Amino acid sequence: MDYLIRFVQIRETFRRPEIEALALLANVNIDFLSYTENSPYSVVRLKDDVAAKMLIDRSISSKGIYELWGEGTTYDELHANVRHRSFSQWTLYQSCSFRFEFDTFSGSRTLAEQRSIIESFKYLGFNGPIKMKNSEQTFTIFEEYEYGNPNGPLRIFLGRFVGGSQRHVLNEYTLKKREYINTTSMDSELALLTANLSLAGEGKLFYDPFVGTGSFPIACSHFGARTLGSDIDGRMVRGRDGKDIKTNFRQYGLLSRYLDGLISDLTHSPLRKGRWLDGIIGDPPYGVREGLKVLGTKDGSRKEAVYIDGEAAHLQDKYIPPKKAYSFEAMLDDLLEFAAEMLVDGGRLSLWMPTANDEDVELGIPAHPCLELISVCVQTFNKWSRRLLTYRRVADSQVEDDLPVRQKMEMKGSTANDLNSFRKRYFEGFKTPLAGVSIEKPATGES
Amino acid sequence: MKILTVNFLTCAVKACKSSPLSFPLHFQDAELEQSDIEYNAAFLRNILPRVDWEALKITANELGFTTVPIEKPDLTPTSTATDKNPVRLPINTSEPQATDEKTMRDLHTLLLETEVREGKMVCGNCGHEYKIKEGIANFLLPSHLV
Ligand SMILES: [Zn+2]
Repeated sequence: MDYLIRFVQIRETFRRPEIEALALLANVNIDFLSYTENSPYSVVRLKDDVAAKMLIDRSISSKGIYELWGEGTTYDELHANVRHRSFSQWTLYQSCSFRFEFDTFSGSRTLAEQRSIIESFKYLGFNGPIKMKNSEQTFTIFEEYEYGNPNGPLRIFLGRFVGGSQRHVLNEYTLKKREYINTTSMDSELALLTANLSLAGEGKLFYDPFVGTGSFPIACSHFGARTLGSDIDGRMVRGRDGKDIKTNFRQYGLLSRYLDGLISDLTHSPLRKGRWLDGIIGDPPYGVREGLKVLGTKDGSRKEAVYIDGEAAHLQDKYIPPKKAYSFEAMLDDLLEFAAEMLVDGGRLSLWMPTANDEDVELGIPAHPCLELISVCVQTFNKWSRRLLTYRRVADSQVEDDLPVRQKMEMKGSTANDLNSFRKRYFEGFKTPLAGVSIEKPATGES
Repeated sequence: MKILTVNFLTCAVKACKSSPLSFPLHFQDAELEQSDIEYNAAFLRNILPRVDWEALKITANELGFTTVPIEKPDLTPTSTATDKNPVRLPINTSEPQATDEKTMRDLHTLLLETEVREGKMVCGNCGHEYKIKEGIANFLLPSHLV
């Protein structure tokens, strides 16, 4: 059976990977019959309505899914296709309550036009009552116009509504209403998308090594996962003014799904080695303001323990551990190595990193022989962009030996500025904005 | 900090990772607290195979719990992850016979509802102490240990 997915026309590169991840989670087979980044409409083949509902239920990148009753580039074509494609269905809906809706993309129709188009479907023979609210069936006429060209739609579809997406929770999870946030809190819509891409779900254990105010664990727990977070910045984990990550989990009724927050550093992780994590999600700090820091001393040497008033300094409450500069690339390599050691087979790592939008400083996509790159999603801002990379832990038996492990850069005694090319470019200003790069619209500007 | 989390923690010092003495960490002056956590059988079934049972027994004993079964409950999953469908969790229509409901509930209480609010965890290899305050453990190391 063919179905129409109504995507949101924003963050296009996230959409197909999200649906593919959801198909895996719902254990449904999906074939994309048509999909392009510049259209909100995609036709897919699925087994039945049950599969379609299960597929779309968790989706953030789409609004809903419809049984495809017909398509065409003109109304004549559409009607012919409806007669051909869905004739056998008509009698099923003869007596139920129903309504028709319009979904015009990059165009518009007056109410009078809408009414006359709806009337042109009279031949479907629906005799049930028309209900504008809570009808048993909803039929939607989708019109897609060429941007800036109002002279008739390029493509038209007729669909029967089958299932809605998860977008109804966005208003509840918005950072505007969240109790504990800071300037680096990940946007809730992106966090939920990330949770879908990493296959967060019931019964699973997820970990965020850069937990901050808990955006990713909250999103993963919304979908049923139990979550663990850590941060090198103890203030994040402990919270402030009586508010912390748990406050957020409590706000959403998810407290039972939050295991713990730890104060720790990825390069000296206290997590026991072993394949016990179902997923790892992270937005590693780029160190734009302060330079990246990890535990360590600048020259790499070990220092003797310091004693103050007879007590070891490091055991005193006000002790601040030494931190050394650390390149972003080195951190990514460490993160991939960590993920390879910790993820179960099929477990996913989803990580955010800047692209830096400039050929001089384009950061390579990190690779690891045990991690298969599943998807690369790009979010574009005015002067830079960032990527969401998603990897799958492959079984050891399937690791190809000949893949090179990237060499780690051992850098000692350097400044953060030398180490971190992104940070360097940030302060120099990205000199040449790239032509043809679309700019992220504000979240409210969705169509 | 939940007892389940403790089972996944070891000393943060790199040189300790290879020593069996660094796991589990040992409690000192632990203050416990019980909380109500929604019971979730799917999570327990998924996570129990990953729990180090010997370490859990040591931890439970140090904290004064005597309810941990000597052997890890047999959860024999009916299906394991395959490469074709790597995310499929074991789906059991009925609770495995070897594990009764009460055992699972008791484990839920110990692993997820019991928290260490204050205290220290000590590495049996290097002796480093990790403090727990208001349920949050600090694993940042001093300079002579990194
Ligand atoms: Zn140690």
